[in-house]
Amino acid sequence: MKAYKQVFSELKEQNKTALIPFFVIGDPDFDTSLAVVKAAIDAGADILELGIPFSDPIADGPTIQKADIRAMTSGMNVNKALEFIRRVKDYRDIPIGLLMYYNLVYQYGAEKFFGDFHEAGVNSVLVADLSIDDAGEITGPARSAGLDTVFMVTPNTGPERMKRIAAKTTGFVYTVSVLGVTGSRERLSDTVEDLVGRLKSLTDVPVCVGFGISGSEQAATVTRAGADGVIIGSRIVGLIESNLGDGEGMLAQISTFLAEVRAAI
Amino acid sequence: MKYKGRFGDYGGFYVPEVLIPVLEELEEAFYRFYEDAQFVAELAQLSRDYSGRPSPLYHAKRFSEHVGFEVYLKREDLLHGGAHKVNNSLGQGLLAKYMHKTKLIAETGAGQHGLATAMIGALFGMETKIFMGVTDIERQSVNVHKMRLCGAQVVPIEGGTGTLKDAINDALRYWTAHVTDTFYLFGSACGPHPYPTIVKHFQSCIGKEARQQCIEQIGRLPEMVVACVGGGSNAIGIFSGFVEDKDVRLVGVEAGGVGVGRGLHAATLVAGRVGILHGAKAYLLQDEQGQVCETESVSAGLDYPSVGPEHCLLKDTGRAEYVAAEDDDVLDAFGLLTRTEGILPALESSHALAWLVSQKGKLDPGTVAVVNLSGRGDKDVSIVEERRPLAE
Repeated sequence: MKAYKQVFSELKEQNKTALIPFFVIGDPDFDTSLAVVKAAIDAGADILELGIPFSDPIADGPTIQKADIRAMTSGMNVNKALEFIRRVKDYRDIPIGLLMYYNLVYQYGAEKFFGDFHEAGVNSVLVADLSIDDAGEITGPARSAGLDTVFMVTPNTGPERMKRIAAKTTGFVYTVSVLGVTGSRERLSDTVEDLVGRLKSLTDVPVCVGFGISGSEQAATVTRAGADGVIIGSRIVGLIESNLGDGEGMLAQISTFLAEVRAAI
Repeated sequence: MKYKGRFGDYGGFYVPEVLIPVLEELEEAFYRFYEDAQFVAELAQLSRDYSGRPSPLYHAKRFSEHVGFEVYLKREDLLHGGAHKVNNSLGQGLLAKYMHKTKLIAETGAGQHGLATAMIGALFGMETKIFMGVTDIERQSVNVHKMRLCGAQVVPIEGGTGTLKDAINDALRYWTAHVTDTFYLFGSACGPHPYPTIVKHFQSCIGKEARQQCIEQIGRLPEMVVACVGGGSNAIGIFSGFVEDKDVRLVGVEAGGVGVGRGLHAATLVAGRVGILHGAKAYLLQDEQGQVCETESVSAGLDYPSVGPEHCLLKDTGRAEYVAAEDDDVLDAFGLLTRTEGILPALESSHALAWLVSQKGKLDPGTVAVVNLSGRGDKDVSIVEERRPLAE
C-alpha cells in the first residue's frame, strides 16, 4: 500500500506539489461517485481525500452539505464506504485520507473502524470535530491499526499549539487557509502564505492547504508559499452538483479542471 | 483549555480546530469574571431591575386540588421576555461586554432564547443575529417579530428539519468565520465546554431562590423538583439548588412527541444512546450508524436530539430521573393550568405539568412538588388554538 511519505518524496524530486481532490463518498450515488473518483485519479490526483457523509456536518459549507445529503439519500453509509474504498484501491494504489465526523467513528467503535478501514486501504482518518485535546481517544487505535495521523491548523492557531499539533501528526498537517467552513472563495486570505511559512519553520511533516481553493491560480499561490499539497473540495463537488443529469459532462469537466490544476502546481 | 469540561465521561469540546482558540478565550474570560466583584454587582442589579428577579414561588392551590398533592410553581414565566432564558442571555451578554465583543449571535428553537438575546443586544447596543429554523419561524412567528422589533436580524435556516439542531449547525458555521468580533451566546446547557458550565452558572439563580423560598414559605424542602428538559438549561438551573439534598427527588420531563414507541419524539435521555453532536458527548437520538435522527414535538423549545452533558451524568448516577410526556397530555396540562390558575404556561413547561398530572393518585396528599414554570405560553396560543379549538 502506497504511503504518504512515498508520494511526497516522489513529488519533491519532480519539484511538484501534491494534488488532493476531495469527494463525498457516494455523491450523488455509488456508481457515479466511483466513476468520478477514477476520473480524478486519471487526471492526475496524487492523494484522495474522501468524506463519509454525516447528517450534521458543522465544518462544512452549503456545497458539501448538499453533497452529504445526496450521498445519504442514495443510501451511502459507513459499511458501503468501506466497499467503495476497496473498489478505488482495486483501480489504483493511491493514498486515501478520510475526512469525517466523530460520531460515525464512535458508533462503529474506534478500534474496529480504524482496523477495517486500514485493511480496505485508507492511510489516515481526519476527524473534523476532534482536536488534539481529545485525540487520545483515537490516536492509540489509529496507530495500532497502522494509520497515519492528520490534524488541522487554522489561521487562528497560536504558535505553541501549532507545535503540539505538528508533533502529533505523522501524515500531513491539514492547513485551513481561511477562517470559516469549507467552500470555494474568490480570493484566499492574506494570512495563508504566512501560515504555511510559520508551519514549515516548525515542522518537517508535509503541509497541505485546503478550504477555499477554487482554481489553478490559487493552487499556484499556495504552492509558491511552500505547501506540499493542495486540497480542493467544494469547487469539484460543485461540478458534480451542476452536472447531476449529465454523467459524461460531469466526468469531462472534473477531468479538465483537475488536469489544469495539475499542470499549474 | 484549562479544564476538560467533563461530567463523568460526558461533555468535552468536540469541535473543529478553528473554534478551539475562541472557546479557550471564552473559558478564560468566564473564570476571570464570574466571581469578579464588579461583574457580580452589575449582573445582580440588572437581574433585579431589568429581568425582574427574584421570581416568585407560587402555591397553585386549585391545580393542586386537581392532582391531589401540593404544587408550587417557580414563576420564571414572569421574567422580562417571558422565560428563564433572560438569566443566561443577560449573564453571557455582560460577559461579552467585558470581553469587548461587539456582536452577538444565538440559535433559537421556540424563540425564547432568541428573544432574550435580541433584548440583551438592544440593551448593550450590540449587533445581533439570531439563527432559527424555518419550521420554528413558522410556528413561533410572534417571537420572530419581537426579535426583529428589538433590532435583531433573524436568519432563517432551511437545512434538515428547520428546527433547533439545524439552527445550531449554522450558528456554529457562522461563528467559525467570524470568531474575531462575534460572541456566540449559546442558549442551553449543552454544546461544547465551557457552555454547559456557563449556562448552568447563570441559571443556578433559579435553584438557589427556589430552595430558599421553600424554606421560607413551606418551612421545609419539597419532596420533588420537576422541570422540562430539551437541552436542559432550566432543569439544570433549578436542579442545581437541590442536587445536594439527597432526599429531594429530581425529575426531568422530555418531549414524548406523538409517542416514544413510535420514534417520533425528542426524548433523548429516555430513548437515546451516547454519541457526539454539537461539541459534546451526550445521549443522542441517532440511527444504528450514528446519523442524527429527526425529532418531533409540539414544543419547538424541546425539539432537539441531544441534551446537556450534566443531565446525562445525573441520569447514569440515578440522582435525577428522566421521563417523557406526549403532546396530547402536554396540551391537556396546558389547558388545566390555564383554567385552574389563569396562568398560561409555555408548551415546554407544560411537559413538566403533564408529568405531575400523570402522578394523580400515585403520590401522598402531603407531597410538595416544585415545578419550574420556565416560560409563559403567550407564544403558543395559536398552536393550542389549532390543536384544541375552543367551542363556540
